[in-house]
Amino acid sequence: MDFGQIFNLTAGELIGVFTAAYALCALGLAMHFGFTGLLNFGQAGFAALGAYGYAFAALKLGWNMWGSFGFGMVCAAVFALILGLPTLRLRADYLAIVTIAAAQALYFFFGTEKYAAFTGGSNGLSEFGGDFYGYNPFPVGRYDLGIITLSEKEIWIRVVSWGLVAFVAVLLVILTRSPWGRTLKGIREDEDAVRSLGKNVFVYKMQSLVLGGVIGSLGGMVFVLSSQTNQASTWVSNFTFMTWTVLLLGGAATILGPIVGSAVFFMFLMFTQAFLEGLVNIGALPFLSIAQVGQIRYLLVGLFLMLLVIFRPQGFFGNKKELQFNG
Amino acid sequence: MANIEQIAKGAIEPGCAKVDPILVASGVTRQFGGLKAVDVAHLEIPRGKITALIGPNGAGKTTLFNLLTGFDKPNTGTWNFAGKDLAGVAPHKVARMGMVRTFQLTKALSLLTVIDNMRLGAQDNPGEKFFAAFVRPLWANKEREITERADALLTRFKLDAKRDDYAAGLSGGQRKLLEMARALMSKPELVMLDEPMAGVNPALTQSLLEHIKGLKENGTTVLFVEHDMHMVRHISDWVVVMAEGKIVAEGPPADVMKNPAVIDAYLGAHANSDLGDVEIATKEGN
Ligand SMILES: Nc1ncnc2c1ncn2[C@@H]1O[C@H](COP(=O)(O)OP(=O)(O)OP(=O)(O)O)[C@@H](O)[C@H]1O
Ligand SMILES: [Mg+2]
Repeated sequence: MDFGQIFNLTAGELIGVFTAAYALCALGLAMHFGFTGLLNFGQAGFAALGAYGYAFAALKLGWNMWGSFGFGMVCAAVFALILGLPTLRLRADYLAIVTIAAAQALYFFFGTEKYAAFTGGSNGLSEFGGDFYGYNPFPVGRYDLGIITLSEKEIWIRVVSWGLVAFVAVLLVILTRSPWGRTLKGIREDEDAVRSLGKNVFVYKMQSLVLGGVIGSLGGMVFVLSSQTNQASTWVSNFTFMTWTVLLLGGAATILGPIVGSAVFFMFLMFTQAFLEGLVNIGALPFLSIAQVGQIRYLLVGLFLMLLVIFRPQGFFGNKKELQFNG
Repeated sequence: MANIEQIAKGAIEPGCAKVDPILVASGVTRQFGGLKAVDVAHLEIPRGKITALIGPNGAGKTTLFNLLTGFDKPNTGTWNFAGKDLAGVAPHKVARMGMVRTFQLTKALSLLTVIDNMRLGAQDNPGEKFFAAFVRPLWANKEREITERADALLTRFKLDAKRDDYAAGLSGGQRKLLEMARALMSKPELVMLDEPMAGVNPALTQSLLEHIKGLKENGTTVLFVEHDMHMVRHISDWVVVMAEGKIVAEGPPADVMKNPAVIDAYLGAHANSDLGDVEIATKEGN
């Protein structure tokens, strides 16, 4: 078994595009759940709108990168408004139900052949990153980063996606430390108390829903820009649940948490994949096939989460007092 | 104690008119299934005075608070505050108009620090707006002023040692104090306190009573619910008695305590028997 190879693959995930994409989606959820107490179980829908919004604007409208980014974000913002208007005045569980259902509806909408003219149907959309990669300042070539070697495109998408992660993280640090952020945390603790102090709770919840959704759409955009392919099958509810896993791993009411949570999550997946495959290849696990390894590692993720809930319910970075699963 | 003539206009009776009312409610009813929890024909709260709202458990005092502050919707009724019609107005708008309430079941924001709880009580902080939040110079001054005011109140309420602790770590009585102090951060015109002294130790009660009197001196109107008759007698200028949703009596504290309707409301038909007898009677009845 090549441990050097396993190590390199695992370390590569530390700067992976999917790691950054999930970190963005989880940062959006941190805004929703960690800082406002909103239960959004449809983050896949927000990410999908970012991805389809970008691809649609670039391919069908012929917009440049900036316009396409903007379009994806606007789609997510409108989605948040539509979901929030009827539910944010009601108890928290209504938003949860509506986000699950709406994300699922989007998934079917994007996948059906009926609107293939807009969405590409089951084939999805591809090759929409021309303008994006046109901005690439790195000359064509292979870049050896010590542990992994990347093409100029792979470097560029990593720079942009991690740059976005850093930008969003700074934005959220500023916001959560402001009086605005304090009001949101108050709403998370007790809406009625905050109402009795003269704050328009509905408006704050809406602002949080839109902001977190738009951050999620950025995650969706970088996710599909790495391969320039976007298919409906990516945006299943599994995507949402993996985002929640990432968030809870790191700590819901933190900003570093979702980022580190995402890195740990993807390194764990890659490590178990490579390690178990290695064991199967040398015949150490005769009862497993290579195809089963891919599934086994999610079982291990589940086990890992259970241990986390039992021994460190606040996540890696969470303040034990500030937010737990039952928070 | 204020002169009675300065409060009531005309005869003193349940629902009587006041010389200078700040809050006027008419025909307010609230039905829970078959139970009419609130059925207030008319009620006026005098401006600049301390009014106590008393009555047995389940009389509808908290429900009336909820209705007046927009946290619950009545079946019928209108009311106005300082001349502004309030029926159907959202709770946060009621608070912004200067009518701030506290809750009987304390609502400390547990996972905020005590000082952040206090800061949240202040009104018109530009930093609470989304875009302004990014630009610290826009709100740094206001924030400093708010913090100073909050610290002064915390000292007054003997919570200054807890300033940077999470509110979750406060005792029940301390939470009551925090909630009251937080309500005062908004400099309300009318403050409505639902059992503010429940669970607060007697030594501190005394100092808080002084504080409430101080509020009155600064022109704030106080309406509070309280079961402790000593406190009611000690600080209130006027007492309103509720029973089974209705206003059954009102007047200056000394007179109200002697009112047979009030004694009846509190002790019901068993006014002349002691509690032991009541228990035996109920058991035999079954
Ligand atoms: N949400 C509700 N649903 C059903 N019944 C309610 C509700 N809220 C209050 N009630 C009923 O209305 C009546 C009045 O309750 P309320 O809480 O206003 O009493 P209170 O005067 O504040 O009593 P206490 O002194 O014990 O606080 C009670 O009989 C109560 O059971
Ligand atoms: Mg009550």
